[in-house]
Amino acid sequence: MTGATPPVIEVAGLKKHFPIRKGLLRRAAGFVYAVDGVSFSVAEGETLGLVGESGCGKSTVARAVLRLVEPTAGSIHVDGTDITRLSKAELRTYRRQMQMVFQDPFSSLNPRMTAGAIVREPLEVHRVATGRAAEERTAELFEQVGLRAGQMRNFPHQFSGGQRQRISIARALALNPRLIVGDEPVSALDVSIQAQVINLLMDLQREKRLSYLFIAHDLAVVEHISHRVAVMYLGKIVEYADKKTLFRDPRHPYTEALLSAVPVPDPTVKRTKRLLQGDVPSPVNPPSGCAFHTRCPLVEAHCKVEAPSLRDVGGGHLVSCHLQPGA
Amino acid sequence: MTAVEFESELTRAGARTDTLWRKTVFFARQYPLGAIGAVIMAVFVLSAVFADFITPWSPLTTNAALSLAPPGGAHWFGSDYMGRDIYSRIVYGARISLAVGIGSTALGCFFGVVLGLLSGYLGGWVDLVTQRLIDILQALPLLVLALVMAAALGPSLQNTILSISIPLIPYVARVIRSNTLALRELAFVEAAHAIGMSEFRIAVRHILPNTIAPLIVLGTAQLGSAILTEASLSFLGLGIPEPYPSWGRMLSASAAEYVRTAPWLVIFPGIAISVVVFGTNLLGDALRDILDPRQRG
Repeated sequence: MTGATPPVIEVAGLKKHFPIRKGLLRRAAGFVYAVDGVSFSVAEGETLGLVGESGCGKSTVARAVLRLVEPTAGSIHVDGTDITRLSKAELRTYRRQMQMVFQDPFSSLNPRMTAGAIVREPLEVHRVATGRAAEERTAELFEQVGLRAGQMRNFPHQFSGGQRQRISIARALALNPRLIVGDEPVSALDVSIQAQVINLLMDLQREKRLSYLFIAHDLAVVEHISHRVAVMYLGKIVEYADKKTLFRDPRHPYTEALLSAVPVPDPTVKRTKRLLQGDVPSPVNPPSGCAFHTRCPLVEAHCKVEAPSLRDVGGGHLVSCHLQPGA
Repeated sequence: MTAVEFESELTRAGARTDTLWRKTVFFARQYPLGAIGAVIMAVFVLSAVFADFITPWSPLTTNAALSLAPPGGAHWFGSDYMGRDIYSRIVYGARISLAVGIGSTALGCFFGVVLGLLSGYLGGWVDLVTQRLIDILQALPLLVLALVMAAALGPSLQNTILSISIPLIPYVARVIRSNTLALRELAFVEAAHAIGMSEFRIAVRHILPNTIAPLIVLGTAQLGSAILTEASLSFLGLGIPEPYPSWGRMLSASAAEYVRTAPWLVIFPGIAISVVVFGTNLLGDALRDILDPRQRG
């Protein structure tokens, strides 16, 4: 998919280590290795799905990409500029290109502002439009996300969860961004509403050539919306491929386990289930060697010693596993 | 929150809000206790403003012949030991109580909000320093602190307001800080950062309005307590100087000596204080509900 057009965003070696502070002097007693060397890129009009269990660092990637948390290391190139090196003031202009839609539709909207004021605010902050022009643009945004302009005067509590998520999307669209980061934007919604919101996101993508970094733990949703998928485990990407390849031919034992956990609506289908034992190890003290070796059904002796790196197993399909022969 | 949005809300709620009167009636029905509070406060404020026109006597003129005259006749509430008309003194006293109550609450809330917001939003060493200062202020009881302040500044109306407002600051700052800490972590604040809003705008537009509810409850409770503190200060000779009428001093100066022989000296200022404190609390509760969009929907 990454072909002719340069990527909208290119992330390389992204790390975010949160210090654990202890004692009177609040010295760093250790680190949570939330994101530990993640690289990916998203092309124009493309959706990259980022999946993984809770606690694997997906949301931290989203926040680090928008510099809502300061990355510890790595680079994030937007239009050829490394935004990790920009000052807060310089960053402001780049914020117009990337926006976010949050998971919880209830805490992501200020309860004391009207829906119209919430969507209008980015326009005012960046002085894109004021007065009547801002009002008209807000009405236009409301209609784009399937709300009525008359609902601009209502407060967030008067909307349903799905409608609130539409307001969130309208707010993210206000500045005409090129990239929208969705941090589990549908996982708090009912299944029927999820489909509506996903279809809205896909329609908007077609219309505006938007790029999405779509974070989720629901593989069915990711399969529906994504062009490419990255699987994260304990702060690292373990498999990275285009959607069809990944879902048809998963190579990493973790991806296989995730896929075999997805229910299939056909009771006659016989599947080899690969269930994982135990929990995700703590990112404070990640396992030696391959971070997955504690739960891997195929574990071998050298997995515990040497950490594998992402290698191409053919056609841009990247896998981080010693048991996969390189291409 | 502009008037336009407010009216659409009301119309949807089925209210006929074409005139100001109808709107008032709608609110009175919706919040009957609040309406009572509003009426009490209106009477209180109006008597303070129009004191000159509704009192037949000067609050300061003494008359030995009328010393401790019981209620009735020309002196509706009786007169005190110097023969001053109690009704007039209570009406004029509303001015002082209003000035002290609103003045010190507003001043205390203002500084408390600024400190609490800075402390909670910025965190780090700013938070550490402000919180230790607030610990020091809070270590002393409200009255003792007001007493020290008043004694240091000397008795006058401005100094009374100032010395009652300062002990209020730590209470407001603590409430605002804890609210700010909780709000700072919510996704809408993160969204504001993602949009590229300045820290100042986030604090003022997104955090402050969400701390209004506890502030109103605290403010109205403090309005009553400020009036009572002024009473205590005046009783100790550190509040409003004689001969200006202060409800607190009228109540406390005469309580010990005349409560048996001339109870009207104590009863009327006591009623005035109780009713006003009651009124502020009723109004405060209703205001908190009205200002919260979630309560209106």
